[in-house]
Amino acid sequence: MNIKTSDGGWNPYLAGALVGVLAVVSVILTTNIMGKTNFLGASTTFVRAAGFLESSVAVSHVDQNEYFKKEKVKIDWQFMLVLGILIGAFLSSMSDKSFKLEAVPPTWAERFGASVPLRAFWAFAGGVVAMIGARLADGCPSGHGLSGLMQLSLSGFAALAFFFGTGVLVANLVYRRRAS
Amino acid sequence: MNEQTLGLLTGIAFGFLLQKGRVLRFDKQVGAMLLKDMTILKFMLSAIIVGMIGIYFLNDIGFIELKHKTMNVGAVVIGGALFGLGWAVMGFCPGTSIGAIGEGRWHAIWAVLGMITGAAIFAELYPFFKQTVLAWLDWGKVSLADVTSLNHWVLIVALTAVYIGLFVFFEKKKL
Repeated sequence: MNIKTSDGGWNPYLAGALVGVLAVVSVILTTNIMGKTNFLGASTTFVRAAGFLESSVAVSHVDQNEYFKKEKVKIDWQFMLVLGILIGAFLSSMSDKSFKLEAVPPTWAERFGASVPLRAFWAFAGGVVAMIGARLADGCPSGHGLSGLMQLSLSGFAALAFFFGTGVLVANLVYRRRAS
Repeated sequence: MNEQTLGLLTGIAFGFLLQKGRVLRFDKQVGAMLLKDMTILKFMLSAIIVGMIGIYFLNDIGFIELKHKTMNVGAVVIGGALFGLGWAVMGFCPGTSIGAIGEGRWHAIWAVLGMITGAAIFAELYPFFKQTVLAWLDWGKVSLADVTSLNHWVLIVALTAVYIGLFVFFEKKKL
């Protein structure tokens, strides 16, 4: 087995295991430094981002919203974690020259063509539905998948099964070419 | 160090590893859902094996307390299915969409804008969900060890064996 993949990336088992180490180190550091244990997650940050954007036009509406009150619209540890992902991915892609400006994903273009508006519409629509689902389920593949399965949480196993099970069904309907 | 700096540094390391593992790509995510390319599952399950051993060790020595998300049956089933539907069409999950922008795949911005909009819509619908789906059946914050009455280390060993079995299968089938 190779340490590097053909395109200069790292073996996914190695990179994944290092994320496991990072998850444990992060649990230790948040417990020590912040006095509370935080697990890796991402989707709550989208709620806070929505809260900030809405606040710029309708402060009182956000202040009175029960869900924004519950999740608290603030720049917290996870918000900065999500920003960090952007920076880390940029640094990594520059370090091995895999950074590439891409307007439409190759697999999508193969099936539906290179139209930017078409891709933009479906990515946006998919994003709306996915995030409503993630907030209802209270987590995404990071919070439920990684952090949930690491803790043997029942909700993590169930959520990941539904994420992936539905994903497999829908992807096969959407991306497989009809045999004709 | 304040919590924001810690979060940022952790995120940079996380994003770096996600990119090195090549799991930020639309093609990898859809490839997994088409059962053609299991890179993201290899990556996730490797992280989970290492993480569960470390986290349960920290829990056993009393350094941390676990934070299970609640097993609200309707919410996890309906929310999970909605997420899967959106994930397949969008080709990203919340964390990877941000990372994909970092490696130049700027089309992920549409997914991010959609997800922020989805979060705003959910905030408006929350009172409705609270009275319906979220009120149906809640099994609480439970772990697999609670529901099976097995020792967590027995489960960790068994699950590690299952995950490694999957790796062997993936490699054999060249997935």
